[in-house]
Amino acid sequence: MNPFDYSAEQLEKEANALRRTVIKMIVGAGSGHPAGALGMADIVSVLYFKILNHNPTDPKKEDRDRVILSNGHVCPLLYAALASAGYFPKEELAGFRKLGNKLQGHPSRADFDLIEASSGSLGHGLSVACGMALAAQQEQQTHKIWCLMSDAEHQEGSLWEAAMFAAKYKLKNLKVIVDVNNIQLSGDVDQVMPLDLLKERYENFGWQVAEVDGHNIEGLLTKIEQANNFTNGPFVVLAKTISGKGVSFMEGKWQWHGKAPTAEESRKALEELS
Amino acid sequence: MTEQNTQPVKATREGFGAAVAELAKNDRKIIVLSADLSPSLKVDNIRINLSGQFIECGVAEQNMIGVAAGLALSGKIPIATSFAEFLTGRAWEQIRLDVCYNNVNVKLAGSHAGLATGEDGATHQILEDVALMRSLPNMTIFSPCDFNEAYKVTVEAMKIKGPVYIRLTRPKTLIITPNGGPFVVGKMSVIKEGRGVIVLGTGPVLSEAVKAVNGLEEKQEEIGIYSVHTIKPLDKEKIVELAKGAKAIITIEDHQLIGGLGSAVAEVLADNGISAPLRRLGVDDSFGESGTYLELWKKHGLDSASVQATIKEFLI
Repeated sequence: MNPFDYSAEQLEKEANALRRTVIKMIVGAGSGHPAGALGMADIVSVLYFKILNHNPTDPKKEDRDRVILSNGHVCPLLYAALASAGYFPKEELAGFRKLGNKLQGHPSRADFDLIEASSGSLGHGLSVACGMALAAQQEQQTHKIWCLMSDAEHQEGSLWEAAMFAAKYKLKNLKVIVDVNNIQLSGDVDQVMPLDLLKERYENFGWQVAEVDGHNIEGLLTKIEQANNFTNGPFVVLAKTISGKGVSFMEGKWQWHGKAPTAEESRKALEELS
Repeated sequence: MTEQNTQPVKATREGFGAAVAELAKNDRKIIVLSADLSPSLKVDNIRINLSGQFIECGVAEQNMIGVAAGLALSGKIPIATSFAEFLTGRAWEQIRLDVCYNNVNVKLAGSHAGLATGEDGATHQILEDVALMRSLPNMTIFSPCDFNEAYKVTVEAMKIKGPVYIRLTRPKTLIITPNGGPFVVGKMSVIKEGRGVIVLGTGPVLSEAVKAVNGLEEKQEEIGIYSVHTIKPLDKEKIVELAKGAKAIITIEDHQLIGGLGSAVAEVLADNGISAPLRRLGVDDSFGESGTYLELWKKHGLDSASVQATIKEFLI
Protein backbone atom coordinates (compact mmCIF):
# COMPACT_ATOMS: atom_id res chain seq x y z
CA MET A 1 0.00 0.00 0.00
CA ASN A 2 1.18 3.51 -0.76
CA PRO A 3 0.72 5.86 2.20
CA PHE A 4 0.63 9.02 0.06
CA ASP A 5 -1.76 8.15 -2.74
CA TYR A 6 -1.24 11.54 -4.41
CA SER A 7 -3.44 12.85 -7.20
CA ALA A 8 -1.93 13.46 -10.64
CA GLU A 9 -1.71 17.15 -9.84
CA GLN A 10 0.08 16.50 -6.54
CA LEU A 11 2.48 14.09 -8.28
CA GLU A 12 3.41 16.72 -10.83
CA LYS A 13 4.04 19.26 -8.08
CA GLU A 14 6.08 16.73 -6.16
CA ALA A 15 8.19 15.98 -9.25
CA ASN A 16 8.99 19.65 -9.63
CA ALA A 17 9.88 19.93 -5.95
CA LEU A 18 12.22 16.96 -6.36
CA ARG A 19 13.87 18.70 -9.31
CA ARG A 20 14.51 21.80 -7.22
CA THR A 21 16.00 19.67 -4.46
CA VAL A 22 18.23 17.87 -6.96
CA ILE A 23 19.61 21.16 -8.30
CA LYS A 24 20.32 22.42 -4.79
CA MET A 25 22.06 19.18 -3.81
CA ILE A 26 24.28 19.12 -6.89
CA VAL A 27 25.19 22.79 -6.52
CA GLY A 28 25.90 22.21 -2.83
CA ALA A 29 28.15 19.28 -3.66
CA GLY A 30 29.84 21.04 -6.54
CA SER A 31 29.45 17.91 -8.64
CA GLY A 32 26.86 15.34 -9.67
CA HIS A 33 24.58 14.30 -12.51
CA PRO A 34 21.66 16.66 -13.10
CA ALA A 35 20.37 15.63 -16.55
CA GLY A 36 19.11 12.12 -15.78
CA ALA A 37 17.86 13.08 -12.33
CA LEU A 38 15.69 15.90 -13.68
CA GLY A 39 14.47 13.65 -16.48
CA MET A 40 13.35 10.86 -14.14
CA ALA A 41 11.65 13.08 -11.56
CA ASP A 42 8.11 12.36 -12.81
CA ILE A 43 8.76 8.61 -12.78
CA VAL A 44 10.18 8.67 -9.26
CA SER A 45 7.36 10.89 -8.02
CA VAL A 46 4.75 8.48 -9.40
CA LEU A 47 6.54 5.52 -7.82
CA TYR A 48 7.13 6.86 -4.32
CA PHE A 49 3.94 8.87 -3.93
CA LYS A 50 1.41 6.62 -5.64
CA ILE A 51 2.54 3.15 -6.69
CA LEU A 52 5.12 1.68 -4.31
CA ASN A 53 4.13 -0.38 -1.33
CA HIS A 54 6.31 1.29 1.30
CA ASN A 55 6.07 2.99 4.64
CA PRO A 56 8.52 5.62 5.90
CA THR A 57 7.52 4.86 9.50
CA ASP A 58 8.39 1.18 8.98
CA PRO A 59 11.21 1.38 6.44
CA LYS A 60 12.31 -2.23 6.66
CA LYS A 61 8.90 -3.87 6.56
CA GLU A 62 9.14 -7.32 5.06
CA ASP A 63 6.67 -6.84 2.23
CA ARG A 64 7.99 -3.47 1.06
CA ASP A 65 8.61 -2.99 -2.62
CA ARG A 66 12.34 -2.84 -3.34
CA VAL A 67 13.82 -0.15 -5.56
CA ILE A 68 17.15 -0.78 -7.27
CA LEU A 69 18.55 2.32 -8.89
CA SER A 70 20.77 0.71 -11.50
CA ASN A 71 21.72 4.04 -13.03
CA GLY A 72 23.09 5.04 -9.65
CA HIS A 73 24.44 8.39 -10.80
CA VAL A 74 20.93 9.90 -10.63
CA CYS A 75 20.86 9.16 -6.88
CA PRO A 76 20.24 12.76 -5.72
CA LEU A 77 16.74 12.20 -7.08
CA LEU A 78 16.35 9.04 -5.00
CA TYR A 79 17.70 10.77 -1.88
CA ALA A 80 15.36 13.72 -2.48
CA ALA A 81 12.37 11.39 -2.80
CA LEU A 82 13.27 9.44 0.34
CA ALA A 83 13.64 12.68 2.32
CA SER A 84 10.43 14.10 0.91
CA ALA A 85 8.61 10.89 1.85
CA GLY A 86 9.87 11.33 5.40
CA TYR A 87 12.54 8.64 5.62
CA PHE A 88 15.06 11.18 6.94
CA PRO A 89 15.19 14.94 7.58
CA LYS A 90 15.51 17.09 4.48
CA GLU A 91 18.32 19.06 6.15
CA GLU A 92 20.52 15.98 5.77
CA LEU A 93 20.38 16.27 1.99
CA ALA A 94 23.10 18.92 2.30
CA GLY A 95 25.55 16.13 3.12
CA PHE A 96 25.36 14.76 -0.43
CA ARG A 97 28.82 13.74 -1.70
CA LYS A 98 30.52 14.95 1.49
CA LEU A 99 33.12 12.96 3.41
CA GLY A 100 31.66 10.48 5.86
CA ASN A 101 28.09 11.10 4.72
CA LYS A 102 25.49 8.43 4.05
CA LEU A 103 24.49 10.19 0.84
CA GLN A 104 27.39 8.96 -1.25
CA GLY A 105 28.03 10.09 -4.81
CA HIS A 106 26.57 6.79 -5.93
CA PRO A 107 24.18 4.76 -3.75
CA SER A 108 26.02 2.84 -1.06
CA ARG A 109 24.32 0.23 1.07
CA ALA A 110 27.40 0.17 3.27
CA ASP A 111 26.78 3.80 4.22
CA PHE A 112 22.99 4.04 4.04
CA ASP A 113 20.78 1.11 5.01
CA LEU A 114 17.77 2.34 3.04
CA ILE A 115 19.70 1.57 -0.14
CA GLU A 116 18.60 -1.92 -1.17
CA ALA A 117 21.76 -2.53 -3.21
CA SER A 118 24.77 -0.39 -4.03
CA SER A 119 24.97 0.78 -7.60
CA GLY A 120 26.92 3.09 -9.82
CA SER A 121 28.71 0.78 -12.18
CA LEU A 122 26.21 0.49 -15.01
CA GLY A 123 24.44 -2.72 -15.93
CA HIS A 124 24.60 -4.33 -12.48
CA GLY A 125 21.17 -3.49 -11.11
CA LEU A 126 19.07 -5.79 -13.24
CA SER A 127 20.99 -8.89 -12.17
CA VAL A 128 20.66 -8.02 -8.48
CA ALA A 129 16.97 -7.27 -9.02
CA CYS A 130 16.60 -10.67 -10.71
CA GLY A 131 18.06 -12.35 -7.64
CA MET A 132 15.64 -10.50 -5.37
CA ALA A 133 12.70 -11.29 -7.65
CA LEU A 134 13.70 -14.94 -7.77
CA ALA A 135 13.86 -15.12 -3.97
CA ALA A 136 10.43 -13.45 -3.71
CA GLN A 137 9.01 -15.87 -6.26
CA GLN A 138 10.46 -18.89 -4.45
CA GLU A 139 8.95 -17.72 -1.19
CA GLN A 140 5.65 -16.78 -2.84
CA GLN A 141 5.97 -13.21 -1.64
CA THR A 142 4.00 -10.47 -3.33
CA HIS A 143 6.32 -7.47 -3.07
CA LYS A 144 7.77 -6.08 -6.28
CA ILE A 145 11.35 -5.37 -7.27
CA TRP A 146 11.50 -2.09 -9.19
CA CYS A 147 14.68 -1.74 -11.20
CA LEU A 148 15.29 1.71 -12.66
CA MET A 149 17.75 1.87 -15.53
CA SER A 150 19.02 4.29 -18.13
CA ASP A 151 18.89 3.63 -21.85
CA ALA A 152 22.65 3.95 -22.30
CA GLU A 153 23.39 1.29 -19.72
CA HIS A 154 21.84 -1.18 -22.16
CA GLN A 155 25.22 -0.99 -23.89
CA GLU A 156 26.55 -3.18 -21.06
CA GLY A 157 26.51 -6.83 -22.12
CA SER A 158 25.75 -8.33 -18.72
CA LEU A 159 22.42 -6.51 -18.68
CA TRP A 160 21.28 -8.76 -21.52
CA GLU A 161 22.40 -11.81 -19.56
CA ALA A 162 20.00 -10.62 -16.88
CA ALA A 163 17.25 -10.02 -19.45
CA MET A 164 17.56 -13.66 -20.57
CA PHE A 165 17.53 -14.85 -16.98
CA ALA A 166 14.40 -12.88 -16.06
CA ALA A 167 12.53 -14.32 -19.02
CA LYS A 168 13.65 -17.90 -18.37
CA TYR A 169 12.44 -17.80 -14.79
CA LYS A 170 9.33 -15.73 -15.61
CA LEU A 171 10.16 -13.31 -12.81
CA LYS A 172 6.73 -11.87 -12.22
CA ASN A 173 7.83 -9.68 -9.28
CA LEU A 174 10.35 -7.90 -11.48
CA LYS A 175 9.32 -4.48 -12.81
CA VAL A 176 11.72 -2.39 -14.84
CA ILE A 177 11.47 1.25 -15.86
CA VAL A 178 13.97 2.50 -18.42
CA ASP A 179 14.72 6.20 -18.72
CA VAL A 180 14.96 6.61 -22.48
CA ASN A 181 16.53 10.04 -22.79
CA ASN A 182 19.01 9.41 -25.61
CA ILE A 183 21.94 11.02 -23.84
CA GLN A 184 25.02 9.64 -22.14
CA LEU A 185 28.28 10.99 -20.78
CA SER A 186 30.06 11.79 -24.01
CA GLY A 187 27.26 12.32 -26.51
CA ASP A 188 23.83 11.32 -27.73
CA VAL A 189 23.11 7.62 -27.38
CA ASP A 190 22.38 7.21 -31.08
CA GLN A 191 25.81 8.64 -31.84
CA VAL A 192 27.83 6.87 -29.15
CA MET A 193 26.24 3.43 -29.63
CA PRO A 194 22.72 3.27 -31.01
CA LEU A 195 20.04 1.47 -28.97
CA ASP A 196 17.08 1.74 -31.29
CA LEU A 197 14.40 -0.95 -31.27
CA LEU A 198 14.69 -1.31 -27.51
CA LYS A 199 11.03 -2.37 -27.44
CA GLU A 200 11.61 -5.11 -29.99
CA ARG A 201 14.78 -6.22 -28.26
CA TYR A 202 12.94 -6.75 -24.97
CA GLU A 203 10.02 -8.42 -26.72
CA ASN A 204 12.39 -10.78 -28.47
CA PHE A 205 13.93 -11.62 -25.11
CA GLY A 206 10.46 -12.65 -23.91
CA TRP A 207 9.48 -9.61 -21.88
CA GLN A 208 6.21 -7.71 -21.69
CA VAL A 209 6.86 -4.15 -22.84
CA ALA A 210 4.98 -0.85 -22.56
CA GLU A 211 6.04 2.52 -23.90
CA VAL A 212 5.08 5.83 -22.35
CA ASP A 213 5.88 9.53 -22.32
CA GLY A 214 7.94 9.79 -19.14
CA HIS A 215 6.57 13.25 -18.33
CA ASN A 216 2.88 12.47 -18.76
CA ILE A 217 1.69 11.71 -15.22
CA GLU A 218 -1.58 10.08 -16.29
CA GLY A 219 0.25 7.95 -18.84
CA LEU A 220 2.90 6.95 -16.30
CA LEU A 221 0.21 6.03 -13.78
CA THR A 222 -1.53 3.81 -16.30
CA LYS A 223 1.55 2.02 -17.60
CA ILE A 224 3.29 1.61 -14.25
CA GLU A 225 0.07 0.29 -12.73
CA GLN A 226 -0.19 -2.12 -15.66
CA ALA A 227 3.36 -3.27 -14.93
CA ASN A 228 2.54 -3.60 -11.24
CA ASN A 229 -0.41 -5.87 -11.94
CA PHE A 230 1.22 -8.07 -14.56
CA THR A 231 1.77 -11.60 -13.27
CA ASN A 232 3.10 -13.53 -16.21
CA GLY A 233 6.82 -12.68 -16.25
CA PRO A 234 9.04 -9.62 -16.26
CA PHE A 235 7.63 -6.28 -17.37
CA VAL A 236 9.51 -3.28 -18.68
CA VAL A 237 8.19 0.26 -19.12
CA LEU A 238 10.20 2.25 -21.64
CA ALA A 239 9.67 5.85 -20.56
CA LYS A 240 10.71 8.42 -23.12
CA THR A 241 12.04 11.44 -21.29
CA ILE A 242 13.81 14.72 -21.88
CA SER A 243 17.08 14.86 -20.01
CA GLY A 244 17.38 17.97 -17.84
CA LYS A 245 13.57 18.32 -17.97
CA GLY A 246 12.31 21.63 -16.63
CA VAL A 247 15.52 23.60 -17.08
CA SER A 248 15.58 25.12 -20.55
CA PHE A 249 19.33 25.30 -20.98
CA MET A 250 19.81 21.70 -19.83
CA GLU A 251 17.01 19.99 -21.73
CA GLY A 252 18.18 17.38 -24.23
CA LYS A 253 21.84 18.27 -23.81
CA TRP A 254 24.25 15.44 -23.06
CA GLN A 255 26.74 18.00 -21.77
CA TRP A 256 24.67 18.11 -18.56
CA HIS A 257 25.00 14.39 -17.92
CA GLY A 258 27.59 14.88 -15.19
CA LYS A 259 28.16 18.56 -14.64
CA ALA A 260 27.12 20.77 -11.73
CA PRO A 261 25.56 24.13 -12.58
CA THR A 262 27.32 27.30 -11.46
CA ALA A 263 25.66 29.50 -8.85
CA GLU A 264 24.24 31.69 -11.59
CA GLU A 265 23.02 28.72 -13.64
CA SER A 266 21.40 27.17 -10.60
CA ARG A 267 19.61 30.44 -9.78
CA LYS A 268 18.15 30.40 -13.30
CA ALA A 269 17.31 26.71 -13.05
CA LEU A 270 15.49 27.13 -9.74
CA GLU A 271 13.60 30.08 -11.15
CA GLU A 272 12.39 28.00 -14.07
CA LEU A 273 11.43 25.17 -11.73
CA SER A 274 9.46 27.33 -9.33
CA MET B 1 52.77 -36.82 9.91
CA THR B 2 49.37 -38.08 8.86
CA GLU B 3 49.25 -41.42 7.16
CA GLN B 4 49.55 -40.79 3.45
CA ASN B 5 47.84 -42.09 0.42
CA THR B 6 50.47 -42.69 -2.18
CA GLN B 7 48.09 -42.55 -5.11
CA PRO B 8 45.82 -39.66 -6.10
CA VAL B 9 42.31 -40.50 -4.98
CA LYS B 10 39.98 -37.55 -4.88
CA ALA B 11 39.77 -33.97 -6.09
CA THR B 12 39.16 -30.92 -3.94
CA ARG B 13 36.10 -30.13 -6.05
CA GLU B 14 34.70 -33.48 -4.97
CA GLY B 15 35.18 -32.53 -1.33
CA PHE B 16 33.28 -29.33 -2.01
CA GLY B 17 30.45 -31.16 -3.79
CA ALA B 18 30.15 -33.74 -1.02
CA ALA B 19 29.90 -31.01 1.62
CA VAL B 20 27.36 -28.97 -0.35
CA ALA B 21 25.18 -32.06 -0.78
CA GLU B 22 25.08 -32.53 2.98
CA LEU B 23 24.63 -28.85 3.85
CA ALA B 24 21.92 -28.12 1.28
CA LYS B 25 19.82 -31.03 2.48
CA ASN B 26 19.62 -29.48 5.92
CA ASP B 27 19.22 -25.82 4.99
CA ARG B 28 16.75 -24.86 2.32
CA LYS B 29 18.10 -21.30 2.30
CA ILE B 30 21.13 -22.65 0.42
CA ILE B 31 20.79 -22.06 -3.32
CA VAL B 32 23.38 -23.46 -5.72
CA LEU B 33 23.91 -21.35 -8.84
CA SER B 34 25.45 -22.92 -11.91
CA ALA B 35 26.92 -21.38 -15.06
CA ASP B 36 26.59 -24.55 -17.13
CA LEU B 37 29.28 -26.34 -15.13
CA SER B 38 27.36 -28.19 -12.45
CA PRO B 39 28.88 -31.59 -13.37
CA SER B 40 32.40 -30.10 -13.16
CA LEU B 41 31.70 -28.49 -9.79
CA LYS B 42 30.28 -31.78 -8.50
CA VAL B 43 26.93 -30.22 -7.63
CA ASP B 44 24.83 -32.13 -10.14
CA ASN B 45 23.33 -34.01 -7.22
CA ILE B 46 21.71 -30.75 -6.13
CA ARG B 47 20.28 -30.21 -9.62
CA ILE B 48 18.82 -33.71 -9.58
CA ASN B 49 17.81 -34.23 -5.97
CA LEU B 50 17.17 -30.71 -4.66
CA SER B 51 16.00 -28.96 -7.82
CA GLY B 52 14.25 -26.24 -5.81
CA GLN B 53 17.64 -25.19 -4.50
CA PHE B 54 19.38 -25.19 -7.87
CA ILE B 55 19.40 -22.32 -10.35
CA GLU B 56 20.93 -22.74 -13.78
CA CYS B 57 22.22 -19.37 -15.04
CA GLY B 58 23.69 -20.52 -18.34
CA VAL B 59 27.08 -19.36 -19.58
CA ALA B 60 26.61 -15.91 -18.07
CA GLU B 61 28.80 -15.53 -14.99
CA GLN B 62 28.42 -11.78 -14.51
CA ASN B 63 24.67 -12.09 -14.21
CA MET B 64 25.05 -15.12 -11.96
CA ILE B 65 27.02 -13.05 -9.44
CA GLY B 66 24.45 -10.25 -9.48
CA VAL B 67 21.65 -12.77 -9.02
CA ALA B 68 23.56 -14.33 -6.13
CA ALA B 69 23.86 -10.91 -4.49
CA GLY B 70 20.12 -10.30 -4.92
CA LEU B 71 19.32 -13.70 -3.42
CA ALA B 72 21.60 -12.98 -0.46
CA LEU B 73 20.00 -9.57 0.06
CA SER B 74 16.72 -11.51 0.33
CA GLY B 75 17.97 -13.90 3.01
CA LYS B 76 19.10 -16.82 0.86
CA ILE B 77 22.57 -18.35 1.04
CA PRO B 78 23.70 -18.58 -2.58
CA ILE B 79 26.72 -20.57 -3.72
CA ALA B 80 27.81 -19.37 -7.16
CA THR B 81 29.84 -22.01 -8.97
CA SER B 82 31.96 -21.98 -12.10
CA PHE B 83 35.52 -22.42 -13.22
CA ALA B 84 37.72 -20.08 -11.20
CA GLU B 85 38.75 -18.30 -14.41
CA PHE B 86 35.24 -17.31 -15.41
CA LEU B 87 34.10 -16.63 -11.88
CA THR B 88 36.89 -14.50 -10.45
CA GLY B 89 38.17 -13.22 -13.78
CA ARG B 90 35.18 -12.46 -15.92
CA ALA B 91 32.86 -11.47 -13.09
CA TRP B 92 35.41 -9.68 -10.91
CA GLU B 93 33.62 -6.36 -10.98
CA GLN B 94 30.31 -7.93 -9.99
CA ILE B 95 32.13 -9.68 -7.16
CA ARG B 96 33.65 -6.37 -6.08
CA LEU B 97 30.51 -4.25 -6.22
CA ASP B 98 27.53 -6.57 -5.83
CA VAL B 99 29.08 -9.02 -3.38
CA CYS B 100 31.91 -7.34 -1.47
CA TYR B 101 30.74 -3.71 -1.40
CA ASN B 102 27.23 -4.80 -0.42
CA ASN B 103 28.98 -7.24 1.96
CA VAL B 104 26.44 -9.96 1.33
CA ASN B 105 26.40 -13.62 2.22
CA VAL B 106 27.49 -15.04 -1.13
CA LYS B 107 29.77 -18.05 -1.48
CA LEU B 108 31.89 -18.35 -4.60
CA ALA B 109 33.26 -21.71 -5.60
CA GLY B 110 35.79 -21.67 -8.43
CA SER B 111 37.14 -24.93 -9.70
CA HIS B 112 39.88 -25.75 -12.21
CA ALA B 113 42.26 -23.28 -10.63
CA GLY B 114 45.95 -23.39 -11.47
CA LEU B 115 48.18 -25.50 -13.66
CA ALA B 116 46.46 -28.47 -12.04
CA THR B 117 43.77 -28.06 -14.68
CA GLY B 118 46.21 -29.65 -17.10
CA GLU B 119 45.35 -30.48 -20.68
CA ASP B 120 42.76 -27.72 -21.24
CA GLY B 121 45.62 -25.24 -21.37
CA ALA B 122 46.23 -21.66 -20.36
CA THR B 123 42.75 -20.24 -21.00
CA HIS B 124 41.34 -22.49 -18.29
CA GLN B 125 44.28 -22.50 -15.86
CA ILE B 126 43.71 -19.33 -13.90
CA LEU B 127 46.84 -18.38 -11.98
CA GLU B 128 45.63 -14.97 -10.82
CA ASP B 129 42.43 -15.68 -8.88
CA VAL B 130 43.95 -15.42 -5.41
CA ALA B 131 45.50 -12.07 -6.33
CA LEU B 132 42.15 -10.88 -7.67
CA MET B 133 40.18 -11.98 -4.62
CA ARG B 134 42.80 -11.07 -2.02
CA SER B 135 42.59 -7.38 -2.86
CA LEU B 136 38.85 -7.21 -2.16
CA PRO B 137 37.61 -5.92 1.22
CA ASN B 138 35.25 -8.23 3.16
CA MET B 139 36.41 -11.32 1.26
CA THR B 140 37.49 -14.57 2.93
CA ILE B 141 39.59 -16.91 0.78
CA PHE B 142 39.91 -20.66 1.23
CA SER B 143 42.32 -22.77 -0.79
CA PRO B 144 42.11 -26.37 0.43
CA CYS B 145 44.97 -28.82 -0.20
CA ASP B 146 42.94 -32.02 -0.52
CA PHE B 147 39.50 -33.60 -0.50
CA ASN B 148 39.20 -33.61 3.29
CA GLU B 149 40.23 -30.00 3.66
CA ALA B 150 37.88 -28.98 0.84
CA TYR B 151 35.02 -30.61 2.73
CA LYS B 152 35.95 -28.77 5.91
CA VAL B 153 36.37 -25.34 4.36
CA THR B 154 33.01 -25.68 2.63
CA VAL B 155 31.32 -26.45 5.94
CA GLU B 156 33.10 -23.48 7.56
CA ALA B 157 32.32 -21.18 4.63
CA MET B 158 28.62 -21.62 5.26
CA LYS B 159 29.05 -20.50 8.88
CA ILE B 160 30.61 -17.21 7.79
CA LYS B 161 28.11 -14.43 7.15
CA GLY B 162 29.76 -12.66 4.26
CA PRO B 163 31.61 -13.16 0.99
CA VAL B 164 33.77 -16.26 0.70
CA TYR B 165 35.83 -17.58 -2.21
CA ILE B 166 36.72 -21.28 -2.30
CA ARG B 167 39.52 -22.20 -4.68
CA LEU B 168 39.11 -25.71 -6.07
CA THR B 169 41.00 -27.93 -8.46
CA ARG B 170 40.24 -30.46 -11.17
CA PRO B 171 42.45 -33.57 -10.80
CA LYS B 172 42.31 -36.27 -8.23
CA THR B 173 45.21 -35.61 -5.89
CA LEU B 174 46.75 -37.04 -2.75
CA ILE B 175 45.04 -36.91 0.61
CA ILE B 176 47.44 -35.28 3.07
CA THR B 177 45.11 -34.16 5.86
CA PRO B 178 42.90 -36.29 8.12
CA ASN B 179 39.22 -36.85 7.64
CA GLY B 180 37.82 -34.89 10.60
CA GLY B 181 40.10 -33.62 13.34
CA PRO B 182 40.90 -30.05 14.27
CA PHE B 183 40.32 -27.31 11.74
CA VAL B 184 40.18 -23.60 12.48
CA VAL B 185 39.40 -20.90 9.94
CA GLY B 186 42.34 -18.52 9.65
CA LYS B 187 44.76 -20.88 11.41
CA MET B 188 47.17 -22.88 9.29
CA SER B 189 46.93 -26.65 9.64
CA VAL B 190 50.05 -28.54 10.64
CA ILE B 191 50.88 -31.25 8.16
CA LYS B 192 54.22 -31.96 9.81
CA GLU B 193 55.83 -30.38 12.85
CA GLY B 194 59.40 -29.17 12.59
CA ARG B 195 61.56 -26.11 13.26
CA GLY B 196 64.19 -25.15 10.74
CA VAL B 197 62.90 -24.98 7.23
CA ILE B 198 59.23 -24.02 7.19
CA VAL B 199 57.14 -24.92 4.15
CA LEU B 200 53.92 -22.95 3.80
CA GLY B 201 51.77 -24.24 0.97
CA THR B 202 48.27 -23.95 -0.36
CA GLY B 203 46.21 -26.18 -2.61
CA PRO B 204 46.98 -29.72 -3.77
CA VAL B 205 50.47 -28.72 -4.95
CA LEU B 206 51.35 -28.85 -1.25
CA SER B 207 51.36 -32.63 -1.65
CA GLU B 208 54.55 -32.25 -3.70
CA ALA B 209 56.22 -30.72 -0.65
CA VAL B 210 55.03 -33.63 1.47
CA LYS B 211 56.47 -36.09 -1.04
CA ALA B 212 59.69 -34.10 -1.13
CA VAL B 213 60.12 -34.27 2.63
CA ASN B 214 59.16 -37.94 2.82
CA GLY B 215 61.86 -38.64 0.27
CA LEU B 216 64.60 -36.95 2.31
CA GLU B 217 67.09 -39.37 3.79
CA GLU B 218 67.99 -37.16 6.72
CA LYS B 219 66.95 -34.12 8.72
CA GLN B 220 63.25 -34.65 8.11
CA GLU B 221 62.69 -33.50 11.70
CA GLU B 222 64.02 -30.05 10.79
CA ILE B 223 61.21 -29.37 8.39
CA GLY B 224 57.76 -28.09 9.22
CA ILE B 225 54.93 -28.22 6.69
CA TYR B 226 51.74 -26.20 6.97
CA SER B 227 48.62 -25.99 4.84
CA VAL B 228 47.51 -22.40 4.41
CA HIS B 229 43.88 -23.26 3.72
CA THR B 230 42.79 -19.74 4.66
CA ILE B 231 44.67 -17.22 2.54
CA LYS B 232 42.58 -14.35 3.82
CA PRO B 233 42.55 -13.64 6.69
CA LEU B 234 46.10 -14.97 6.78
CA ASP B 235 47.48 -16.60 9.94
CA LYS B 236 49.97 -13.78 10.44
CA GLU B 237 50.67 -14.52 14.07
CA LYS B 238 51.76 -18.08 13.39
CA ILE B 239 53.81 -17.08 10.37
CA VAL B 240 55.71 -14.54 12.47
CA GLU B 241 56.23 -17.08 15.25
CA LEU B 242 57.52 -19.74 12.85
CA ALA B 243 59.70 -17.34 10.90
CA LYS B 244 61.58 -16.12 13.96
CA GLY B 245 64.63 -18.33 14.09
CA ALA B 246 63.72 -20.34 11.01
CA LYS B 247 66.51 -21.23 8.57
CA ALA B 248 64.18 -20.40 5.76
CA ILE B 249 60.55 -20.02 4.77
CA ILE B 250 59.49 -21.71 1.53
CA THR B 251 56.08 -20.99 0.06
CA ILE B 252 54.50 -23.18 -2.60
CA GLU B 253 51.39 -22.46 -4.64
CA ASP B 254 49.91 -23.27 -8.04
CA HIS B 255 49.43 -19.56 -8.77
CA GLN B 256 51.36 -16.54 -9.98
CA LEU B 257 54.14 -15.43 -7.65
CA ILE B 258 52.67 -11.96 -8.02
CA GLY B 259 49.81 -11.49 -5.61
CA GLY B 260 49.41 -15.00 -4.26
CA LEU B 261 50.33 -16.79 -1.04
CA GLY B 262 54.04 -16.07 -1.43
CA SER B 263 53.34 -12.37 -1.82
CA ALA B 264 51.11 -12.42 1.23
CA VAL B 265 53.76 -14.15 3.34
CA ALA B 266 56.44 -11.72 2.10
CA GLU B 267 54.23 -8.85 3.23
CA VAL B 268 53.90 -10.37 6.71
CA LEU B 269 57.65 -10.88 7.03
CA ALA B 270 58.46 -7.39 5.77
CA ASP B 271 55.80 -5.72 7.92
CA ASN B 272 57.22 -7.42 10.98
CA GLY B 273 60.89 -6.79 10.20
CA ILE B 274 61.72 -10.47 9.92
CA SER B 275 64.69 -11.17 7.72
CA ALA B 276 64.46 -14.96 7.45
CA PRO B 277 65.32 -16.14 3.94
CA LEU B 278 62.16 -16.52 1.88
CA ARG B 279 61.90 -18.68 -1.22
CA ARG B 280 58.65 -18.43 -3.14
CA LEU B 281 57.71 -21.31 -5.44
CA GLY B 282 54.96 -20.65 -7.95
CA VAL B 283 54.47 -19.50 -11.51
CA ASP B 284 56.84 -16.71 -12.42
CA ASP B 285 54.89 -14.21 -14.48
CA SER B 286 53.89 -16.55 -17.27
CA PHE B 287 50.83 -18.36 -18.60
CA GLY B 288 50.28 -22.08 -18.41
CA GLU B 289 49.86 -24.49 -21.36
CA SER B 290 48.53 -27.94 -22.17
CA GLY B 291 50.09 -30.97 -20.52
CA THR B 292 49.45 -33.24 -17.58
CA TYR B 293 49.38 -31.34 -14.34
CA LEU B 294 52.41 -33.24 -13.06
CA GLU B 295 54.37 -32.25 -16.17
CA LEU B 296 53.30 -28.65 -15.68
CA TRP B 297 54.19 -28.59 -12.00
CA LYS B 298 57.61 -30.01 -12.92
CA LYS B 299 58.16 -27.41 -15.63
CA HIS B 300 57.47 -24.64 -13.13
CA GLY B 301 59.58 -26.12 -10.34
CA LEU B 302 56.63 -27.21 -8.25
CA ASP B 303 57.21 -30.99 -8.37
CA SER B 304 58.58 -32.92 -5.41
CA ALA B 305 62.12 -33.15 -6.82
CA SER B 306 62.35 -29.39 -7.30
CA VAL B 307 60.88 -28.71 -3.89
CA GLN B 308 63.30 -31.18 -2.32
CA ALA B 309 66.25 -29.47 -3.99
CA THR B 310 65.09 -26.13 -2.63
CA ILE B 311 64.70 -27.52 0.88
CA LYS B 312 68.18 -29.07 0.76
CA GLU B 313 69.72 -25.69 -0.08
CA PHE B 314 68.65 -24.44 3.32
CA LEU B 315 69.26 -27.59 5.38
CA ILE B 316 73.04 -27.33 5.15
